[in-house]
Amino acid sequence: MTTIISAPSSLDDTSFEQIFDQLALLPPDEKIVIDARRTRWATPYGLTALLTVAQTRLERPTLAIPEAEDTASYWNRASFFKHAEALYDISGKLPRSRSGSESSVLLEVTPIAQTQDIHTVVTNIQQRSQAILQEKLHLESKVTMRFTMALSEVCQNVIEHAGTGGWVAVQAYKWTQRLGRWVVVIAVCDAGMGFRKSLETLQSPRPTDRWDDGMALEQTLLGGVSRFRDPGRGQGLAGVKKFIGQWNGKLSIRSGTARIAIIPEWDEDQALKKDLAPFPGAQVQLTIPERLPDA
Amino acid sequence: MISHIDVSTVLKRSVCDLYSNLVTRPTGAAVRIGIEHHLDEIGDKSLAVLDFSHVGLLDFSCADEIVAKLLMQYVSVDIPRREVYFVFYGMSESHLDAIESVLERHHLALVTQLADGAAKLIGHVDLDQRRAWDKVCEMGNALPADFAVATGVPHETAELMLETLWRRRLIIRQESGYSPVRGATAGRSPGGLLSDDGTASGGSGIEVS
Repeated sequence: MTTIISAPSSLDDTSFEQIFDQLALLPPDEKIVIDARRTRWATPYGLTALLTVAQTRLERPTLAIPEAEDTASYWNRASFFKHAEALYDISGKLPRSRSGSESSVLLEVTPIAQTQDIHTVVTNIQQRSQAILQEKLHLESKVTMRFTMALSEVCQNVIEHAGTGGWVAVQAYKWTQRLGRWVVVIAVCDAGMGFRKSLETLQSPRPTDRWDDGMALEQTLLGGVSRFRDPGRGQGLAGVKKFIGQWNGKLSIRSGTARIAIIPEWDEDQALKKDLAPFPGAQVQLTIPERLPDA
Repeated sequence: MISHIDVSTVLKRSVCDLYSNLVTRPTGAAVRIGIEHHLDEIGDKSLAVLDFSHVGLLDFSCADEIVAKLLMQYVSVDIPRREVYFVFYGMSESHLDAIESVLERHHLALVTQLADGAAKLIGHVDLDQRRAWDKVCEMGNALPADFAVATGVPHETAELMLETLWRRRLIIRQESGYSPVRGATAGRSPGGLLSDDGTASGGSGIEVS
């Protein structure tokens, strides 16, 4: 039996919950088709999460790609199909051109499986940050360094905690309606063990009644807890949190059945959401807005 | 003995000659081990100038692996591996961001040398220690008795302050007194207090004067 999973027209961290909701009802060995034919827009989160979904399926899934030429073309320039072809049976006509760079794509969809991948990610971002982070988002070079530090730390989380590979993508775009200015968005998604299981590997007693994905996220992000006994651990996410706070950005982490967020005043998200549809691993998104001249 | 250690060169030799960024814990651990090997070869009492001038990015995890774990072996223990003083040179604002964060976390401090040659104390230091360190820098060389007079504290307090700073390897202890840890220009000891008895090794990112 094959189940059709409908992808929303706009695929971002919020709307992707519709896909997680549909997946939660299915056993992992059920054949699925993700129908993205009517999808017109996808954020880095949408693209990396789509790849992650395929990694959770025991039966190779099918992806019906967007019918809109410009959408498919953008996904192609973001290197999505290059990786999707290895994970999905593709339904639909792939865009012909497989190369070329999208001016607002800071980092194409990139796998993260080992330490050297992070060196590659950092080097690529440094090469492109001048054009986008400094010229479009008016971030000073010292801020782009901190942005890259944050990116590096979030990617390391995959290698150190997921127990499996993940995906990263970075894009800048203008949020005309929502914010009226440019933002740069980092998404890092994996289908690994997730925050709760990672902390459970720490050999210390856990509260049995309240212990859940939400509490694991709170302990990690707000309490700086790590599964490693080394007191130096946990500084990466703490540094990311500090950077986000300084630059009025947003950080959200979804893991298991919960999602935690550091929310700036320009956003109206919830700080902690529980009882979401279960999904393995961790899905992280950072959003940094353009610096206004008088800020 | 003074060693100038180009951290970027250690990175290229220890990990990959294409890398210029200090990112990830495994990279940091490899670089620290590379530095430790050099420190093992340069005698029981030395000053190591760790030069970050050619390092692009330094992230928090790597800063923890290199800076904090290095200092914890040589500074933050009762019996350190040997008497090594560190000066951190050529650090950018973003390097300092990462380093200050890990120093606070581990209650460590270090001396950094600014572009103009001035030394600066960063990290976890209380006000009394900072004032005492500033005074030693001002005096150039301080015996406990002179330091007590200069700061207006009892002799025992002066001795304790200087001893504390020395144990943290933020000042150098010599027979002639205590002097500030600061980087030296090539061929010149800091304040002339450490002996010049090495030769340039070259090619490894390490220069010994």
